[in-house]
Amino acid sequence: MDMEIKGNKAKLSKTTMNDLVTYEMVILTYIVVQILVSTGHVSSLIQGLLVPFCTYVIVAVALNLTVGILGELSLGHAGFMCVGAFASAVFSLAFKDALPGGLRFFLALLIGAAAAALVGFLVGIPVLRLRGDYLAIVTLAFGEIIKNIINVLYLGVDSKGVHFSMKDALSLHLEEDGVMLIKGAQGVTGTPNDSNFTVGVILILVTLFIVLNFIHSRTGRAVMSIRDNRIAAESVGINVTKYKLIAFTVSASLAGVAGVLYAHNLSTLNALPKNFGYNMSIMILVFVVLGGIGNIRGSIIAAVLLTLLPEVLRGLSDYRMLIYSIVLIVMMIFNWSPNAIFFRKRLKQKFLPGRKAAKEEA
Amino acid sequence: MSFVAHLINGISLGSVYALIALGYTMVYGIAKMLNFAHGDVIMIGGYVVFVTASGLGINPLAAIIVSMAACTVLGVTIERVAYRPLRGASPLAVLITAIGVSYLLQNVALLVFGSDTKAFSNVVTLPNLELFGGQLIIKSVTIVTVIVSIIIMVGLTFFVRKTKIGRAMTAVSEDQGAAQLMGINVNGTIAVTFAIGSSLAAVAGVLLCSAYPSLTPYTGSMPGIKAFVAAVFGGIGSIPGAFIGGILLGVIENLSKAYISSQLADAIVFSILIIVLLVKPTGLLGRKVLEKV
Repeated sequence: MDMEIKGNKAKLSKTTMNDLVTYEMVILTYIVVQILVSTGHVSSLIQGLLVPFCTYVIVAVALNLTVGILGELSLGHAGFMCVGAFASAVFSLAFKDALPGGLRFFLALLIGAAAAALVGFLVGIPVLRLRGDYLAIVTLAFGEIIKNIINVLYLGVDSKGVHFSMKDALSLHLEEDGVMLIKGAQGVTGTPNDSNFTVGVILILVTLFIVLNFIHSRTGRAVMSIRDNRIAAESVGINVTKYKLIAFTVSASLAGVAGVLYAHNLSTLNALPKNFGYNMSIMILVFVVLGGIGNIRGSIIAAVLLTLLPEVLRGLSDYRMLIYSIVLIVMMIFNWSPNAIFFRKRLKQKFLPGRKAAKEEA
Repeated sequence: MSFVAHLINGISLGSVYALIALGYTMVYGIAKMLNFAHGDVIMIGGYVVFVTASGLGINPLAAIIVSMAACTVLGVTIERVAYRPLRGASPLAVLITAIGVSYLLQNVALLVFGSDTKAFSNVVTLPNLELFGGQLIIKSVTIVTVIVSIIIMVGLTFFVRKTKIGRAMTAVSEDQGAAQLMGINVNGTIAVTFAIGSSLAAVAGVLLCSAYPSLTPYTGSMPGIKAFVAAVFGGIGSIPGAFIGGILLGVIENLSKAYISSQLADAIVFSILIIVLLVKPTGLLGRKVLEKV
């Protein structure tokens, strides 16, 4: 930041430049997509996918904060998304007529983010004591518990106040004027459709702003020092639990934001294994790992490409998921196999000898 | 009486989890990786028996052996093609590759066998056991499942402790580098582990499908996750731990389904896992690993 003030134009620090490229990429993509949509070059199928794209990008960036920056494996981010989605959907449904659309969605966002952050904080206190695969399995367990509980939750509101039950709709004892908000496994119906592509892109930019600034802040550096060497970080006086919790809570709350966007794009919101189960958490993890652990821009690109890939392959009908899985395996081996890394280095040295010195310096 | 019946059914389901968990835990102990595709090997094992026994009309026992052979080949192939190139890479990369393999197996099954549910015919054709003048009926498949699991568990413990290959496995799981220096073929040992784990998965698949006779390409996915939970529950890397974890998980799941809520059974199972891990962070029988600075 100092460079920015001292130097003339175009003398930004390397990290700031890097971040600006990320923002620019999102904005440019937005403009290009908007032009394509207005000129009718985008099929209705892809148009319907624009908001889910934004949802996946946000949640992938959020998970990258946990996996890449905090260095802990979470398989429960779909659960946080689920909390954000349901908290905001219930709010929006309850105040459907009482508040104007824009304000209502803004409040819904805050509520979704706050609810997910609260759950993330509560889950984080016990979970972050564990390490590695144990932490992964416990986050997976929490994600499944959240989904399971929401599936048996009945919530209604009437003149006497809010009623809830975990048995069935009748045991709510609603008055005649009462409104059912969550109907157990049938979920929430009639959520106002407040999400659209523009809102999604704005939320992506806000998420990026929060995450990138978090990474470069004092807190972010403390978190990364814990990731790189927990014992060393502890010995220089960094409060490991506090910083881990901060990073995890921020990550959960951003996943909640993605959930809000998701919920307001659908008229019926259910907690199914498909959208909020561990399969979803795993899919988000795939985005993060394939995009590059700790690389925020990579997560964005991977989330978009991997969501797009099955749709592009739709012509191949039954074979598309097969191809998807083969592509996934081949890419992982190509990217990570020690032999493949060695092979790529050899190729680079052979064909691009000039870049060798620069590469080694970096 | 109904409590005893639920308990026995729970033990039976738990034995299937235990068989799957053994595969998870052995592979984890030796290769330090979560083999997410393990659950789908079970599903493939089930399909092989379905095709050979119901389709080709082969004797069920022979079908099980064919299925075990097929799964062994499958497991070793997966290890050779997908996991071995990644040896020494980040654990997360291996995990994602395993997820890719899991998707691959599911989609291959979807293409070959279709998405419709196949009615799996029970391979255990013994009469049911009636106790207390018919008050308590125990299905023969339940008894067979429990007995088979105990035999496998005892055999496996013996194999790991007493045979040369078994001890090589223990050595590799403790220190790969040192084992290699002592002349142990690390890659070969890991391949053997995958072979054993996958053939156990085939047995588990047959028993699972005999008890719950419906087979789809996604049959293995949830039992796989539950068995993984069971392995962590008992202390991942420990063979008796996997067995105890599996049985406990099955009993808890069945009892909560019967007495609390069938919809919340999974949530209860996962909550107990969390509580156990908070009290004992390495699982019930897991060893504490000292951290060196």
